[in-house]
Amino acid sequence: MSEKSFYEFISNGVPGPEQKVNADNAIMPARKLAFSRFRELGLPTLKTEEWRYTNIQRYLKDAFTLAQEEEGTVTAAQISTAGIPHLDSYRIVLVNGRLQTDLSQIPANGKVTISKISDAAGNTQLQAWFDKHPHLQSQPFAALNAALFADGLFIEVSANASLDKPLHIIHTYTASANAFIQPRHLVLLHKSATLEIIESSLGLNDTAITFVNTVTEVVLEENAELWHYNLQSTIKNSRHLSHTSTTQKADSRYHHFNFTLPAAEMTRNNLSVALTGSNTETNLHGLYLATGQQHVDNHTFVDHLVANCNSNELYKGVLLDNANGVFTGKIHVHQDAQKTNAFQQNNNLLMSEKANINSQPQLEIYADDVKCSHGFTVGRFSDEALFYLRSRGIGEEAAKSLLVNAFAFDITDQVHIPALQDFLAEKIRQYVAGAINN
Amino acid sequence: MLTIKNLHAEVDGKQILKGINLEIKRGEMHAIMGPNGSGKSSLSSVLAGRENYTVTQGEVLFDGKDLLEMSPEDRAREGLFLAFQYPVEIPGVSNLHFLKTALNEIRTYHNLPALESKEFLKLTKEKQQLVDFNANLMNRSLNEGFSGGEKKRNEVFQLAMLDPKLAILDETDSGLDIDALRIVASGVNKLRSADKAFVVITHYQRLLEYIVPDFVHVLYNGQIVKTGTKELALELEEKGYDWLKEEVHQKESV
Repeated sequence: MSEKSFYEFISNGVPGPEQKVNADNAIMPARKLAFSRFRELGLPTLKTEEWRYTNIQRYLKDAFTLAQEEEGTVTAAQISTAGIPHLDSYRIVLVNGRLQTDLSQIPANGKVTISKISDAAGNTQLQAWFDKHPHLQSQPFAALNAALFADGLFIEVSANASLDKPLHIIHTYTASANAFIQPRHLVLLHKSATLEIIESSLGLNDTAITFVNTVTEVVLEENAELWHYNLQSTIKNSRHLSHTSTTQKADSRYHHFNFTLPAAEMTRNNLSVALTGSNTETNLHGLYLATGQQHVDNHTFVDHLVANCNSNELYKGVLLDNANGVFTGKIHVHQDAQKTNAFQQNNNLLMSEKANINSQPQLEIYADDVKCSHGFTVGRFSDEALFYLRSRGIGEEAAKSLLVNAFAFDITDQVHIPALQDFLAEKIRQYVAGAINN
Repeated sequence: MLTIKNLHAEVDGKQILKGINLEIKRGEMHAIMGPNGSGKSSLSSVLAGRENYTVTQGEVLFDGKDLLEMSPEDRAREGLFLAFQYPVEIPGVSNLHFLKTALNEIRTYHNLPALESKEFLKLTKEKQQLVDFNANLMNRSLNEGFSGGEKKRNEVFQLAMLDPKLAILDETDSGLDIDALRIVASGVNKLRSADKAFVVITHYQRLLEYIVPDFVHVLYNGQIVKTGTKELALELEEKGYDWLKEEVHQKESV
């Protein structure tokens, strides 16, 4: 394999799940199904519509080890660097997708289950939902993940239950040689349950390349509410491909925040929400701030299957240096989905001549009594605003980071956790300063 | 405090300032008047360091230092303040956060420690009352949705907070009704002191009824063509600028 590109290896040579994982596993049939689906779908090329602006072959041309057995270790000291100051949370630590109970603070609340997904394979709820999300069915990397994932988290919140503070899930990735890591998570909130999740990531090894192919399935049963923050800031030698696929039943509320910050070389997020019950609320907020040679691609899909649902999407991008951004936002309003409110907006700030953004909204509306809108803007700094700030004694660097924070304000203002808000503002300040001083 | 010698400047290749000479001392209040397009706002822009202006000749010394060599932020840190004719709206930056950042950058430049939140708030309250600025506007985004008068009053509030040595007010009276004009003028008057200087740029004599200048300069065609005392402003109000223009053209033809 070392001679071959990994792209070719997974296209042609990768062995099926029965070779690699415990054959007794209760979800083995689902893995096998996914593997044959993966074989049928094949890997995307630049001709594949959804991958036109992200040349995934380029990021898979190196040789990787398919990390399934590799445990990896991490110390408490390393984890402490991934902390968010003043954040009061239950910390959950994963290494290469595997839960580290010794480094985690698993809440002792009988109503909330947090375990390895491998340990929960016998759970009938898990079996019922695993790999069932409709949008995963057409995604080759999601199929590859289902077939061959190493491990991940299973989180289940009982009906009417909640936690007193957020879960902070710290994903750490470490490998001695180039590794292709596939975590798999499932979050299930039963009726009227609520939860706040903050995911953040920590890359530990700068010498080997890690390619992380994550799938997270979220199920919100009737009247459940999930605040879901995803903070993507890791090391340069990492590439991240993720699928987050959420199913919302009636009256449920899903608030998703995606923050993509430096310095992963490539980030591709596929976020899809299927609205299967009426009177739901969906808020998708995204902020991507990319520097250097970063490539950040966000694909979102809101699927209005039934009537009387509200979705609201705002993605904002700040592109510095040679960074490249992609935004594709799809809203599908089915014929039966009358009285839908669906709004989408993507605004971008280009801070360098060489930065680039490709944005395409895609609205498919088959119902006639709906309110839908979309918009896209790309702009540069207002020179007048910059001069105004500088004329008050504020240096160029501080003035620019003030303006970027102001641009991001619509998103950061929606964050309900003050410690996370402060953390983001400080990160934005650091990265803007770093790019200016570069 | 400020010495302008033979200042020439252009914008987009067009000569706008054609040899300005002006000396401003501590404690003085100067008014600059003149018809549209005479270069009044250009002079304030060049002094504050707006980037699209190019100085082609001359020099400006600010307490002995070469002002034109400095970045806009360093000019401000050295004690120059420009009240904008059109203050900029910046959504997402709160007025207070902006002022705190500005104040602390200026303090850092002078090797002073940053103000504690408590001290900052105390100062804010004091200055807000001094210039009669609406406290409700302080927590809002900078100038966003402010009326014309509120924006101008915010400029005077910033002036009070940053406490510069030299303040240039660029048509601060434009767009103000008479009540707002009085409040703005009274704010400026309270800030006058023996160690500070002001330059008030205006079209109309009206403002100068409230802010009484020591000197009145008339700018025309990029040069100061006449300097007098407050009586000159009254004369201009009465007679307009045409007689001055004629005087200048007669001189030129001689």
